[in-house]
Amino acid sequence: MTRKLRNTTRRKGPAVAAVAALLLIWQGVSAAGVVPGYMLPSPVDVVQAFWTERALLWENAVVTLQEAFIGLALGVALGFLFAVLMDAFDVLYRAFYPILVITQTVPTVAIAPLLVLWFGYEMTPKIILIVISTFFPVTVGLLDGFRSADRDAMGMLRSMGATRWQIFRYIKCPSALPQFFSGLRIAAAYSVVGAVISEWLGGFGGLGVYMTRVKKAFAFDKMFAVIFLISAISLALMALVDAVEKVSMPYRQLNNDE
Amino acid sequence: MEKLEVKHVSKTFEDGPVLDDISITLRKGELVCLLGVSGGGKSTLFNIISGLLEPDCGQVLLDGEDVTNKPGRISYMLQKDLLLPYRTVQDNVALPLLLRGVDKTEARRQASALFGEFGLEGTQTKYPAQLSGGMRQRAALLRTYLFSQDIALLDEPFSALDTLTKSAIHDWYLDVMEKIKLSTLFITHDIDEAILLSDRIYLLTGQPGRITDEIVIKEPKPRAKDFNLTPEFLAYKKYILERL
Repeated sequence: MTRKLRNTTRRKGPAVAAVAALLLIWQGVSAAGVVPGYMLPSPVDVVQAFWTERALLWENAVVTLQEAFIGLALGVALGFLFAVLMDAFDVLYRAFYPILVITQTVPTVAIAPLLVLWFGYEMTPKIILIVISTFFPVTVGLLDGFRSADRDAMGMLRSMGATRWQIFRYIKCPSALPQFFSGLRIAAAYSVVGAVISEWLGGFGGLGVYMTRVKKAFAFDKMFAVIFLISAISLALMALVDAVEKVSMPYRQLNNDE
Repeated sequence: MEKLEVKHVSKTFEDGPVLDDISITLRKGELVCLLGVSGGGKSTLFNIISGLLEPDCGQVLLDGEDVTNKPGRISYMLQKDLLLPYRTVQDNVALPLLLRGVDKTEARRQASALFGEFGLEGTQTKYPAQLSGGMRQRAALLRTYLFSQDIALLDEPFSALDTLTKSAIHDWYLDVMEKIKLSTLFITHDIDEAILLSDRIYLLTGQPGRITDEIVIKEPKPRAKDFNLTPEFLAYKKYILERL
């Protein structure tokens, strides 16, 4: 246990120290008055703003999280469906893979206003935007994973009379798990960012709406508070994905244990 | 009684013929070896026997029944153990039962019952990465056995193992084969291994591959530990070397 603790200190120590140093410098710059306080609030101001605004932040975070979760869930489901179909039918792979890539070159910020025009200020356009930006990493991850499945192992299963479904279930699906989780981790981060961006353009609640409001009020301390909250939420979601990954692939932990 | 018969099988790929008029038989309880240089079409023949590949002509009979081009009747085991890294050893081994529709608990029970016999006791819930090379091959063998109880097709199964492990696994294999009444068709390019284990050896040579000789190893089983040092053994070896 102590050795584990020491290991963790050695691995994460430098990063923690760097962040602490940056915060100290920031606090020093603000305290010295190099930049006016209303433009760059000090870390202490930001923490204070966070605390006084906690009820509002929480209320808005719930809305954003709701959108992110629904969008992510639909994006993953859609990505799974796409990947399975494209893997099963080569024609579909050839037909749709280029289109998939092209959709990713269109920046989300650019299509968000269109979605608002089409679907209004409710949740629909926000969820659509999140689905568009999350299903791609999931699809690509799964496709690569399916294709990385061991050909000899599939031959062996076929020689044992396995059906296509059985080969999918026993070989392709579990083989694709690592790539799937890499895709999911990216998708989780995109889902929060996507929700915030779509909220900027209009809506009745959410951290993006809160952000535009405090920006118009020139409340920079609150602005920083919400920025930190958004990145904290993204990090928490990615950590959640990591945790699920560890639970679903226990065999990957073997080397670390021994 | 013929367990397996391959009759006049030929196969041509795009870049030329690979197998030419192959006929071999495997009797019940026999260990027959297919000896030949690597890349001589041995693996193609195994794919045809297991039904994964269609021969241009010829037939494969299992217990007198035509199983040509019908996968799911005879499985084979390769040098690569092909244990799935994400399944525990017992779930790997039980795979053929699961494919057949046996439920999970029952499949695990049946597989687990044979762990002792295959020298795998205590590894049920481990992952393949935690086993030694020899143990992994035994697990792969147990999986093949659970698929087809009485016939095993082995494609250079032990060639990746070091000499000592190999020798131990040879003894063990002959022993377990006797106990569970297994018929084995075995591919190897290792002449010593072929003479040590086989009742009969087919020589597969040339491009395309043909069966050029059939050698009966008369030495009774179980064979003595120093069989490979006897003049008889060396005579067999000399005979085979001259014809490969």
